[in-house]
Amino acid sequence: MTATPQTPQNTASSETGARAILSVKGLTVGFSSRLVLENLDLDVQRGEILGIVGASGTGKSVLLRSVLGLVQRQSGQFIMFGHNTEKLSRQERLAIERRLGVLFQHGALFSSLSVLQNIQVPMREYYTLPQRLMDELAISKLELVGLSPDAAHKFPSELSGGMIKRAALARALALDPQLLFLDEPTSGLDPISAEEFDDLISTLRDTLGLTVFMVTHDLDSLSQACDRIAVLAERRVLAIGNMNDLQKNPHPWIKSYFTGKRAIRQWDKN
Amino acid sequence: MAPQGSDLAASGQPPVLEADGTSASGVLLVSGSWTIETLKDADSQVDQTLKETPSVKQLDLSGLTSLDTSGAWVIIRLLRGLGLELSSATPINPDHVSLFEAVAETNLTAPTTQKNLNFFIALFQKTGEDVVEIYKDIKILAYLAGEIVSCLLKGLIHPRSLRITSIVHHMEHTGLKAVPIVAMMSFLVGAIVAQQGAFQLRKFGAEPFVIDLVGILVLREVGILLTAILVAGRSGSAFTAEIGSMKMREEIDAMRVMGLNIIEVLIAPRVIALIIALPLLGLVANLAGLVGGGVLLWAYSDISLSTYITWLRDAVAINTFLVGVIKAPFMALIIALISCSEGLQVGGSAESLGRRTTAAVVKSIFLMVLVDGLFAIFFAAIGF
Ligand SMILES: Nc1ncnc2c1ncn2[C@@H]1O[C@H](COP(=O)(O)OP(=O)(O)O)[C@@H](O)[C@H]1O
Ligand SMILES: [Mg+2]
Repeated sequence: MTATPQTPQNTASSETGARAILSVKGLTVGFSSRLVLENLDLDVQRGEILGIVGASGTGKSVLLRSVLGLVQRQSGQFIMFGHNTEKLSRQERLAIERRLGVLFQHGALFSSLSVLQNIQVPMREYYTLPQRLMDELAISKLELVGLSPDAAHKFPSELSGGMIKRAALARALALDPQLLFLDEPTSGLDPISAEEFDDLISTLRDTLGLTVFMVTHDLDSLSQACDRIAVLAERRVLAIGNMNDLQKNPHPWIKSYFTGKRAIRQWDKN
Repeated sequence: MAPQGSDLAASGQPPVLEADGTSASGVLLVSGSWTIETLKDADSQVDQTLKETPSVKQLDLSGLTSLDTSGAWVIIRLLRGLGLELSSATPINPDHVSLFEAVAETNLTAPTTQKNLNFFIALFQKTGEDVVEIYKDIKILAYLAGEIVSCLLKGLIHPRSLRITSIVHHMEHTGLKAVPIVAMMSFLVGAIVAQQGAFQLRKFGAEPFVIDLVGILVLREVGILLTAILVAGRSGSAFTAEIGSMKMREEIDAMRVMGLNIIEVLIAPRVIALIIALPLLGLVANLAGLVGGGVLLWAYSDISLSTYITWLRDAVAINTFLVGVIKAPFMALIIALISCSEGLQVGGSAESLGRRTTAAVVKSIFLMVLVDGLFAIFFAAIGF
């Protein structure tokens, strides 16, 4: 890269958080006059697992999708890997996209391709690798996420919900991304699988130095895997911190979320 | 600039795999960056080393700068190829230990590859599958036809089960909204037939007979057949896509478990709507075709509109018109049944939706032309 975009926003970001791998600044998103997110600020630190919680329909998926550029925003900026995403050339954008892995809420596997081919799509797109190596890598990813190699030749319509999630995670990990976006990764999984999933995410973070941006409702995930939790409500990030911080928060929704019956049961367990 | 700033294009040092000093020492040095960015290079070096099969006892990873799961797999593959355990790779960076351990547990069983069939066997297999497919098609068409008849009979007793709203909705979409394009197309086809006919018949001095040609051709064959082909492409494909995507998203299953009758709710309204709409569209097409022929002859030959109409009256009779229109409901039935049955057979993938939609249009057009031919033979035989 020859010229690094040196913008006021960039310098500002390195002051507030030099470790921030992604910062969202003043994000406003709305659909037909109704605002879903308004002036939202959020920093994701390098190497952390950030959990996003919020009532259904508060815009967690919208936040994730607008960071990825899939939803039009009214205003706001994203600084990703130290670059303002608005001011990127095509090549820089590609280089950044190559470092992102995304697990969509419903998997979004390509229905006409087998699981193996699905995992190989990003590899094919960005690199020229021998087919044998791609097969081995794809099987390796598949087993890393806890699927058996038998699933490799199945098509998405032949998989269960949990298997779809895992296969989609394997695809998201295909290029060993640095920043991983997960939209409700453990919903629809049995508790044991969900726990394995959390362990997997933590392991990947520890070994690969992944940063994880995870939308989740799973209190287990929140307490086991997440370093920090951001609560989304009233169109912005209402509170951010670890479990203990949030439990002390007086806001009624946060209070009932983190000290409700389910949450208490969670504490009894630990 | 910030340290992360300039690393967008960075790919680290190239991966290196080399023997330590003399190859007799049995130690291989692994150094550089072993990540997906440089994986092709790394993989070919591993292949090279495995081909030479030196006696290696140990792997020295001290020069390894960065590693990801892909790079870890290639190193594991090297170890396996050399018949070594993970423990003979030292020193492993503490950050990399669990990564190596996790990757070492993958790819333990050789992948099952589907073996390629011999060309002739594959051909026979495909033929067999196609035959079974045709049998299944016939079965499902017969089933649908029977269900629709029973649905109609039930409708006589309980008119509510006929879903009038739905029928009207589909009539609007398949019929009313198709009127402009059908009229336009028939007008042009009528004009083209008239122009060609006039041009050829002029040589024999039989130009007025072009009116017979236009009248009979448009009313008996072209008007209905072209309309039906247009509707197959327009509404048949829509039926398949609608029902197919409902099938894909389990909406059809949801209806079934709610006790809704798929035939009654989805199929019968479409079939009935089309059976009513297609003859009406055929009527529009006939009229537009005749007008097209008349306008062209008035402009292109010396046949005035009033001559055209008088001559046409002698040339065609009511049976000419009926022969055409009688075919319309049958064609509607073919289009609706085939496209609904293809829709119901859509599988789980986007590709199968596309394939079924194509099949619906192709099959219904082919069958319509076939049926049209049978009707032509039949009417000729009874002298109608
Ligand atoms: N494409 C869209 N068009 C209109 N409204 C949308 C769209 N996507 C999301 N919304 C609305 O935005 C709000 C937030 O949705 P979402 O982010 O999916 O919620 P959740 O937090 O449960 O993931 C919801 O009220 C939803 O109706
Ligand atoms: Mg959501």
